[in-house]
Amino acid sequence: MPLVYGSAVYGVALNFRAELERLTPPLPVAPVLYLRPRNTWNTSGAPLRLPAGESALKMAGTLGVVMGRALSYIAVNDVSVPHESYFRPAIRQRCRDGFCVLGAQSTDRVPDEIRTFINGELRCRAAIAELARRIDRLIADISEFLTLQPGDILLIGESPDSPLARAGDRVRVEIDGLPVLENEVVSE
Amino acid sequence: MKSARVAYAGAIHSASDHNGRLRLSDGRQVGEGDVVWLPPVQPGTIFALGLNYADHAKELAFKAPAEPLVFLKGPQSLCGHRGQTLRPRGVTYMHYECELAVVIGKTARRVSKASAYDYVAGYTVANDYAIRDYLENYYRPNFRVKSRDRSTPIGPWLVDAADVPDPMNLPLRTLVNGRVTQQGSTRDMIFDIPSLIAYLSEFMTLSEGDIILTGTPEGLSGVNVGDEVITEIDGIGTLKNTIIGDSEEASNVG
Repeated sequence: MPLVYGSAVYGVALNFRAELERLTPPLPVAPVLYLRPRNTWNTSGAPLRLPAGESALKMAGTLGVVMGRALSYIAVNDVSVPHESYFRPAIRQRCRDGFCVLGAQSTDRVPDEIRTFINGELRCRAAIAELARRIDRLIADISEFLTLQPGDILLIGESPDSPLARAGDRVRVEIDGLPVLENEVVSE
Repeated sequence: MKSARVAYAGAIHSASDHNGRLRLSDGRQVGEGDVVWLPPVQPGTIFALGLNYADHAKELAFKAPAEPLVFLKGPQSLCGHRGQTLRPRGVTYMHYECELAVVIGKTARRVSKASAYDYVAGYTVANDYAIRDYLENYYRPNFRVKSRDRSTPIGPWLVDAADVPDPMNLPLRTLVNGRVTQQGSTRDMIFDIPSLIAYLSEFMTLSEGDIILTGTPEGLSGVNVGDEVITEIDGIGTLKNTIIGDSEEASNVG
């Protein structure tokens, strides 16, 4: 992993066309960004801790674009406490310890899709073709005001079909050509 | 004690104050204008607070929030003392925000308000500029408003917590081209420093080097290219920044 102290992991919300179609105008103009702070960084095999008082977590299998001289790509499970409102930054919902599972290996090819499984059952196919902003457009629109440094990672979006998982569920995120991410949800 | 991070003669140094001059870690003494001031800490996670002063919330026609309004900023948003911040062409309203910045000193998880100060390494001054033209109602305040490159001057010094007996009673102010435009006191925060550390550490782990910008009081006004903006907090520091335009940024790049 190229992650070092000072690296930033940015996520983009509402970047699937189906999500934008459901919004009440005005639609977002700039990419809707959030940060995955360092306490959220996690690895395949480690537990995902369900906070007390929550019944389920959203599992958004996604693609992480690793910045550098050439772009490379990793599998990511971008976990959150489900939330409907996008008005205020979802810090309590997204910034829990271990909520961002980052794949340890990268590929130099953009995949067609990211597949998310719960207990072995395929629950979501997130297709790159369904992104509102494709990767080159995202990087252009973000770097207009925010420089993406080598080693920074950009998560391209959460499919609106991202499934929920409960305590005891095993979650797998799969991208062709990369090792799978597998994590179990445990009660905190 | 207070410490700075500076670049001098091709290297990065930590520095201390020596009768108004800087003493580098290798003992050399230099003038404050002879160095490039960097943010006084290498940042971990950078938190910022919206609407954390009752008067400011009222100024923006918002009810005081029931829960801290927290947002995050990227590490590229910081710049040091005597730095430059870009006001893009065509923007109609860019304003400063003078804020007390709290630097976390050790790992904090589920910390009580009563023990929260044990986790503070020290304090510095931040200017959390915003460009309101770009404000949108998606994860507001959105990154295009608040996490722009070099849009958050911070420094000059990290002042040890031990030297700040009452961080909740510090007068602060902003001066634009020498004229005072914002005045307040940290005593008017809605969520004080112990409350913020307790709130955040209840659901996430804080670590050494994390920074919390604690919000700004009323008195916002616009800044323009060429303005010299000073944000200062008594006992913590005086932070200077200059607003530049697109052409200057382009010429700096070369």
